[in-house]
Amino acid sequence: MTTSVSATFKIWRGDASGGAFVEYQTQLSEGMVVLDAVHQIQAESAPDLACRWNCKAGKCGSCSAEVNGVPRLMCMTRMNDLPVDQPVTIQPLHTFPMIRDLVTDVSWNYRQKLRVKKFSPRAPDRPDGTYTMYQRDIERVQEFRKCIECFLCQDVCHVLRDHEKHDEFIGPRLLIYTASLEMHPLDGEDRLQALKDEHGIGYCNITKCCTKVCPEEIRITDNGIIPLKERVVDEFYDPLKIVLRALGVKKQKTAK
Amino acid sequence: MVDVPVKRLRFGQTQRRDAWWVTPAISFLILGSFVVYATWAAFQGDHYFVGNYLSPFYSPELWGGSPHALFGTKPSFIPEWVPFSPALLILWAPGGFRFTCYYYRGNYYKSMWADPPACAVGEPRKHYLGEKVFPLIIQNLHRYFLYFAVFFLFFLAHDAWKSFWFNDSFGVGVGSLIITANVILLGGYTFSCHSMRHLVGGFLDRFSAKPARSSCYDCVSSLNRHHHLWAWCSLFCVAGCDVYIRLLSKGVICDWRIF
Repeated sequence: MTTSVSATFKIWRGDASGGAFVEYQTQLSEGMVVLDAVHQIQAESAPDLACRWNCKAGKCGSCSAEVNGVPRLMCMTRMNDLPVDQPVTIQPLHTFPMIRDLVTDVSWNYRQKLRVKKFSPRAPDRPDGTYTMYQRDIERVQEFRKCIECFLCQDVCHVLRDHEKHDEFIGPRLLIYTASLEMHPLDGEDRLQALKDEHGIGYCNITKCCTKVCPEEIRITDNGIIPLKERVVDEFYDPLKIVLRALGVKKQKTAK
Repeated sequence: MVDVPVKRLRFGQTQRRDAWWVTPAISFLILGSFVVYATWAAFQGDHYFVGNYLSPFYSPELWGGSPHALFGTKPSFIPEWVPFSPALLILWAPGGFRFTCYYYRGNYYKSMWADPPACAVGEPRKHYLGEKVFPLIIQNLHRYFLYFAVFFLFFLAHDAWKSFWFNDSFGVGVGSLIITANVILLGGYTFSCHSMRHLVGGFLDRFSAKPARSSCYDCVSSLNRHHHLWAWCSLFCVAGCDVYIRLLSKGVICDWRIF
């Protein structure tokens, strides 16, 4: 990319009462990401353009937006990956209430997090109250700990985005958070009933949009949501297991 | 209560610039064609075997008119007016396995039901029940179709073995290779299943306490990473295998014997 390339951006400007796309032009330089362009537009022509950002390294999860209709981190979206022969659209996350311009109120996610049962340690391995934890046991959960809470997965999930199930479904991010607790080798809490009834795991229809947009490349669906669905099946839908439990056969332990 | 107002999009409304409709359209065509062809082939009840080759749509053949039938010809307890084909007796199992497969579910919800049509694209309907209630709650029985699929693999492997024996002498025909590739791909698809992954060890929180299960879980997980590829390749192969045997049986083509 040469320094002489100019690009047009259509950026959503407005607040909770409404808004519209406004066009801006700016020069692109080598190595630029979308967030650089937004900052340049702020400096050149729109000093009142609201945009949330922090680390500029894809680790804080602040600069989430929809670039050309796809939920992405603006700081990790390179301009030379986007076609600039037509305007680049930047709009705020669709699933959350607008505050202003590119800034949305994502506090709903933090309120949902409070609804997930907290970590509760299982019985210690030894009488002195200590545990032994192997890397083999913890590595599955470590993948989920990579989450930076950018909420792109929540934004793209159609159950929230299109069907407004915010009061019945906690969304992929919080299912991953639940998985990180439920599969933890030291945790002793049971969250399956809540997953089925309160957190609405049955609403997920596995379209994998959450996995596709995750900037940390967490395999949200394959490694988090589907294993949780299978655990819910074990507990509530597997007729053989239900009959065996009714006959007094002990529940297969998940080694909790 | 909901405290997040959603600005509902119209069907197909999106700011996406890419050809988002191409993938669901291709999936729609392939899955739709497969369902139509498999249904047609299952109702034919004819041209499903030739010599030592048996179409996977008809395997295991419980009752039927071929030498591959396990229990002889059509049983008398099936009334004359009921359409009979050996495939109709067994095809519900592999069909159910694919229908309830986690990968295919995500795929056909998008391509066949537009729920959603593609990621970040507006949907055609407001109402949504997901897999919480009937009918889609039955998707939770996927593991039972998995049990049948594993059982069927033994028969398909036996068919593959038989495909190398021509009048009691060993040989390799193109059909032998197709039937063998079919069982390998179906095996890969079955053993990469998400339910299989859970049942062999995924339910555990402490793998170190169960080393054998842990190894099985690792094996299935490595296959599971490419479950979508196994799904598509096995779909093409099983249909291709039936087409090949059908054309052989009708005399349209000849089986090329490699040796």
